[in-house]
Amino acid sequence: MARTRYAPDRGLTVRMTVTMFLLGLVFVAFVAAIIGILTAVHASGAAIVLVALIFGGGSAIASLFYSDKIALSAAGARVVTPQEAPELHAVVDRLCALADMDKPRVAIAPTRMPNAFATGRNSKNSVLCVTEGLLYHSTLTPEELEGVLAHELSHVAHKDVQVMTVASLLAIVAGLLVRFAFYSELFGGGRRSSNNNQGGIPVVLIIMAVSVVVYAVSFLLIRVLSRYRELAADRSGALLTGQPSALASALTKFSQGMSRIPNEDLRAAEPLNAFYFAPAMKLTRGGGGGGGGGGGKSLSQLFSTHPSLEKRLEQLAKIQRELGQPTAGGLSAGSGD
Amino acid sequence: MGFLDTLLGRTKPVQPKLDDLFALPSAAITLQASSGFTPTGSGSVCFRSVEGKTFSDIESDVRDLLNMDAGKPGGGLPVEVTRDSYGYTWLVSSHLSDELDGLVTDLHAVNSALVDNGFGPQLLCTLVAFRDERERRLALVYLYKRGTFYPFAPLSGQQRDNALEIQIKNALADDLKIEQDLTRWFPVWGAPGM
Repeated sequence: MARTRYAPDRGLTVRMTVTMFLLGLVFVAFVAAIIGILTAVHASGAAIVLVALIFGGGSAIASLFYSDKIALSAAGARVVTPQEAPELHAVVDRLCALADMDKPRVAIAPTRMPNAFATGRNSKNSVLCVTEGLLYHSTLTPEELEGVLAHELSHVAHKDVQVMTVASLLAIVAGLLVRFAFYSELFGGGRRSSNNNQGGIPVVLIIMAVSVVVYAVSFLLIRVLSRYRELAADRSGALLTGQPSALASALTKFSQGMSRIPNEDLRAAEPLNAFYFAPAMKLTRGGGGGGGGGGGKSLSQLFSTHPSLEKRLEQLAKIQRELGQPTAGGLSAGSGD
Repeated sequence: MGFLDTLLGRTKPVQPKLDDLFALPSAAITLQASSGFTPTGSGSVCFRSVEGKTFSDIESDVRDLLNMDAGKPGGGLPVEVTRDSYGYTWLVSSHLSDELDGLVTDLHAVNSALVDNGFGPQLLCTLVAFRDERERRLALVYLYKRGTFYPFAPLSGQQRDNALEIQIKNALADDLKIEQDLTRWFPVWGAPGM
């Protein structure tokens, strides 16, 4: 068996495992708390929880199933045939053959902002979308463009849409519970408090408080997970093409170009941020979060769906060193077996 | 990719399958008998170069290795190295049209050199060129990651002769592992060595 130069990054694996474990822990604690509250006061809160669960689960499944259609129509993108975009298809064809994966559909979005995203519930239904800005108006070289596409294909290979949907299910349900509890308190508060106001605090308020905490914690954990998934996609993409520095220079160009784009465009793109190659709101958010002085940068970092440019470049530099390691013993002469 | 790899966002780079390539010489005989296509004697290996000196050293070692036999009987011409517009490197080996065994051995030498040095996942495809008496061009493309072949018949412009490709596919069904997923039959326009 030939030796491999493509050892997995253990540190990243450990960090991702811990994050997912914590998310699971929050989930279990949340369920336990809700069940605990409901059994302690036998109560009318059950209906709210059930409704939130059904709505939350339903919307998560729907968003998973229609993720490709939703994302494409949000971006105003159109699926293109190999005849319409032969060069783009050729790059994707080759990358898919290298990675031995099913080829996703390829779409182009009429946006001048250079960016790319991939989505879809499974490999058969996934779609890789690039903006016109990336294809025609950016200064990216073909190798840098290939790096970006390899990054996006890695998202498809890692099934990031599925993983992130499952991960955000908890936050969706918790968020819905907060809202439902708030409205039921607002409109039905008088009636309900006469029924089960034993402890002095209405059940619904307790559920709301627990949900707020769960929402906040899981929101942060999801962002952490998202940043790790980005690093993983960078890594796999760079290994696939064998050109970590092409991806690094693409990332650098992206972060420089973002500041020249008008704000309206950025806001329009924000819902898709988690799937994008580079976050569209990064600079605006970084600027807005800077109000607190020195803590501003780390705060914006905490809420970001993407790792900082420095982190991504650092990782790519490491991969570059790994790929450049000399072979022990040199090339064996003759074609042997 | 396993469940755990998906969960942890890891991709194992795919190692190439090399052995099925040796089915080519006998398939070429079938091809000539059934459709009149004969090997031109040239073939190429296409791989994605890795940045850095380690890889370029291996690249030049492979070239020297193949050129050692060049000019001797059965050794073919010196290899040509070209880089296409997508950043892939093509090593083209040219032999006489009846030296398909020597050609396949050359191609395999490139494969094993890359694999031995840990760069197996960089192999994309190998291509062996054929012509018929009407000068129609045909290539059998071997996909390293799948271990399968598919026919590629370019016409003028960026058009493919799909009818001919299907015909070749059926003719070789017993001799070669043909790629059944047609979406993976990607065109290699302007491939060196065709």
